[in-house]
Amino acid sequence: MPRKILVLVGGILLVLALSECGSRNDKGTVEGEVRIDGSSTVYPITEAVAEEFRLDEPRVRVTVGVSGTGGGFNKFGRGEIDINNASRPIKEREASQCEANNLKFIGIRVAYDGLVVVVSKQNKWLNEISVEELKRIWEPEAQGKITRWSQINPEWPNEEFHLYGPGIASGTYDYFTEAVVGKAGSSRGDYTASEDDNVLVQGISGDKNGLAFFGLAYYEENKEKLRVIGVDGGDGVVMPSEETVKNGQYMPLSRPIFIYVSDIAAARPEVRSFVKFYLDNANFLVSDVGYIPLTNEEYKIELAKFEAFLSDEASDGSATERSRGLSVNIIPSNLLP
Amino acid sequence: MLALAGLVTVLTTAGIIWVLVSESWGFFTTVSLWDFLTDTEWTPLFAEKNYGILPLLSGTFLTTLIAILTAVPLGVVIAVYLSEYANPEFRKALKPTLEVLAAVPTVVYGFFALTVVTPFLQTFVPGLGSFNALSAGLVMGLMIIPVISSLSEDALHAVPKSLREASYGMGATRFQTAFKVVVPAASSGIMVAVILGIARAIGETMVVAIAAGQQPNLTLDPRESVETITAYIVQVSLGDVEHGSLEYKTIFAAGITLFVFTFMLNNLSFWLKKRYEERYE
Repeated sequence: MPRKILVLVGGILLVLALSECGSRNDKGTVEGEVRIDGSSTVYPITEAVAEEFRLDEPRVRVTVGVSGTGGGFNKFGRGEIDINNASRPIKEREASQCEANNLKFIGIRVAYDGLVVVVSKQNKWLNEISVEELKRIWEPEAQGKITRWSQINPEWPNEEFHLYGPGIASGTYDYFTEAVVGKAGSSRGDYTASEDDNVLVQGISGDKNGLAFFGLAYYEENKEKLRVIGVDGGDGVVMPSEETVKNGQYMPLSRPIFIYVSDIAAARPEVRSFVKFYLDNANFLVSDVGYIPLTNEEYKIELAKFEAFLSDEASDGSATERSRGLSVNIIPSNLLP
Repeated sequence: MLALAGLVTVLTTAGIIWVLVSESWGFFTTVSLWDFLTDTEWTPLFAEKNYGILPLLSGTFLTTLIAILTAVPLGVVIAVYLSEYANPEFRKALKPTLEVLAAVPTVVYGFFALTVVTPFLQTFVPGLGSFNALSAGLVMGLMIIPVISSLSEDALHAVPKSLREASYGMGATRFQTAFKVVVPAASSGIMVAVILGIARAIGETMVVAIAAGQQPNLTLDPRESVETITAYIVQVSLGDVEHGSLEYKTIFAAGITLFVFTFMLNNLSFWLKKRYEERYE
């Protein structure tokens, strides 16, 4: 009997020792956790960065949620997360919430994104759509009344269309409604709304009368199931691609996407390390997941902004003024031809 | 001491009712009950706000109906088989297998409906959307078969042997005895089982949230995407509505509607059980 116990204990110790050998407890320079949430559009980039970061800094626990830009800002404002993925700039209301909780923040551009309009592969007849037509489909007045393709364009089939799109917590939704309908957050309500773009892809892929909008990356990921259509923003029909988004041709549906970091979070070395890693490696990782990277100079500028934010909040400066960022410009100035 | 344990459940129920009523009170002072019950659109989060519960009710009703149409025939037949036909060893083996159906996590059922059942149905049902009430209803039916079969089986078992023997004595076959004598005799218990199954289906959240869709749609066509009351509650509570706003209160308005239905169903089953129980000693 004592022999058996000895063998058992020895076995357990052996397993523990082996697991210690495999563990990378001495690797990396920081430890802790980084809590990230927010936009489903920015998620693929942040998740890709997090995966690489974990290899370099295995003692840092990085978690990335997908509550939508608005949902993320809510948590960000309450200090529940360190970084918010945002596919639109922060709103006044959200900024005031941060102020009310004594939180300063900085918005950092990480990539450019195009919003694509997609239909299922079974739809063979729709190849292009104008912003005007999109507006007539998606505006609030269309709710319950505009339900058939032929109501928008008499040449289109007389069948009911099914709409899919992000819900109101999504920055993509805010941006699309501002660019297409003219007012952020203003759209019809009778469509399948989900902050999870995978749900939209699933819905559209099986629906020959479906029409959806979401970020370019989700289209790139699911090219076999979806068909993207060109958008006419007033200057002819443009198909979305890395080129047309980068040079501003694909408008009005091109936009920068951001991460927002709070000063309380930036005080922690693991968060600083993560953000710097992000900006250092974004160039490669952003293209990898299907988005359009900023130019190298632009990444350097963003990094400098972040450094300034850090030194500013160390001396308790007015970082908030500078970091309030842009209101939702349809075409950011650097994308203008 | 033991009374305290019972008190805990009573207090919990009272607490839930209190929360539901107090929050939806605020809702109903802004939105009239008439609008709530008759408007045909439910879009409280969007620019044009409509607060008609009918689309959500029709979603819940449609999926529940399909679930019950699937589960009741199958459940009752399984119960009859287990009670009247199966030999004891087979019964012992089959019952746990049935319980497994009930033990599968509902989120797994949801994805099963979305990724297996829907594509399969799409091969022969024309016009079936990727999110639809039909596959969600069918899978929910699968899920509540154990509820119905287990309770029906207990009801069938409670029928006195003398009734069966009298039927055989009259020359009836096993099938005739089972379906023309025993099942009608156990009908009150079977009704209770069905009603509890309905209550379970109405309250089911994950299967419908994943497979039935997120678009409130007033329709009786099972091929379309619908949203149930439970799926709506999930959708809103995971989003970014402001605490205390009217949109936030819609959660409680939807919740109290759900509660009212489940409560009525439970009371109905109670009443039925009491009413018909004494018939067969």
